[in-house]
Amino acid sequence: MSNSYILTFTFILTAVVALSLTVLRQATEPMAEKNEELFKKKAILAAVKDYLPGGKSIDELSGDEILSLFDEQVQDLIVDAAGKVVAEDGGENIEVAKVWKEAPEKRQLPVYIYKHPEHTCYIFPMRGKGLWDDIWGNIALGPDLNEVVGVAFDHKAETPGLGAEIKDNPKFAEQFAGKKIFDEQGQFVSIVLKKGGAAPGDEHAVDAITGATLTSDGVTAMLKDALSWYLPYIESVKAGKK
Amino acid sequence: MADTAVKEVKKREPLLGKKERKLLLDPLNDNNPITVQVLGICSALAVTSMVLPSVVMAVAVTFVTGFSNLFVSLLRRRIPKQVRMIAQLVIIAFLVTVVELLLKAYNYPVYKQLSVYIGLIITNCIVMGRLEAFAMANKPWQSFLDGIGNGLGYGAILIVVAVVRELFGKGSLFAGTPIALNIIGPNADYWIDTSSNPWFSWYVNNNLMVLPIAAMFIIGILIWIQRTVNPKLVDVS
Repeated sequence: MSNSYILTFTFILTAVVALSLTVLRQATEPMAEKNEELFKKKAILAAVKDYLPGGKSIDELSGDEILSLFDEQVQDLIVDAAGKVVAEDGGENIEVAKVWKEAPEKRQLPVYIYKHPEHTCYIFPMRGKGLWDDIWGNIALGPDLNEVVGVAFDHKAETPGLGAEIKDNPKFAEQFAGKKIFDEQGQFVSIVLKKGGAAPGDEHAVDAITGATLTSDGVTAMLKDALSWYLPYIESVKAGKK
Repeated sequence: MADTAVKEVKKREPLLGKKERKLLLDPLNDNNPITVQVLGICSALAVTSMVLPSVVMAVAVTFVTGFSNLFVSLLRRRIPKQVRMIAQLVIIAFLVTVVELLLKAYNYPVYKQLSVYIGLIITNCIVMGRLEAFAMANKPWQSFLDGIGNGLGYGAILIVVAVVRELFGKGSLFAGTPIALNIIGPNADYWIDTSSNPWFSWYVNNNLMVLPIAAMFIIGILIWIQRTVNPKLVDVS
């Protein structure tokens, strides 16, 4: 077979493939984008799961319910490292993963305020490193900005059954509800994942995941780093409330 | 006239004759891509910790092997042999991207769960192995059946491994689907509650089962069982 035949064949084959993939992509993109948005908003609202309308769990809400709940009851602020509110909304368009790579003092990150009629929740996105790759999540604090309402974690590549339990095991996330990030003197202490299990009654520790020490340490570090970054904002809201 | 024409067509190409059935069913046992050809092990270790992603992976691979065999077989006389690997890869990559786009649009949670493994179907040796060994030399319909058969043979092993791993690793089956079953575990959510049932108080879920290495052992045991039951697979030499 001649070279020109080979070239023509290759060209036509790739052109046909490229064209059909473009068409398919154009056709499915709106749905894929909606799914992505829903996935993100679901992860944010999963952190306040005890306060969803009708006492439903996040999985019982339909996609449209989640999107409209987010539109109506969630305010997405943007705050800077000094705790100043930069914008009153638009936070949902920020790519947390990208901003997190910037120097801490340059970051501008979203804070989501979930306006539950009796229990306003403040939801803070977090990012950190697990054992293999990035881990991330959202932590929701109650109206006193001290007691944890809930958390939702996710990860890129933690080991299934071990590190991946931060996402897959609902019992792990449930431990966080009711824990406190400040001690009695009002000092910031964060929440620690304790290997071998947290002491009963310890308000600042939860059980780490057995067999996943490095992922657990990653979550501990992420909670501490992320919450310290938001600390100026938390303090300013608290000061405003007094 | 019409009668003879019909007869002739029938004689030439029975849609599912003996040979076609063999193409479809052989890979399920005698020529299984995983346990006999020992192809596609990598993804069989990686995605089988739970049943749901294994089923999706099985369907995706069956789709890709079936249609890549079909397309390559249709083009087999036109593909220049100097670039046949590249042409095959373009077709495989096309089909895998189709699967990825469809999953992203219609089943986003599973897409997220399988993430990188969908893209890695491109490198699954079963797909290219069947193209080289079968589709390049056989007719489209037979090639399509061969692809589907190999996809199913791969999927069958995947699901068997996943059932064992999920049951003994997590104590559940089909988690994430509407028919999720919680079978054995340390609290009241499970049928057999090891914290209160006196017969099973010794039982704990096996953490090794959720690691890929467990799949290696299970596949090894499956090969052993298969060869015991089916002596013609034993290499006499």
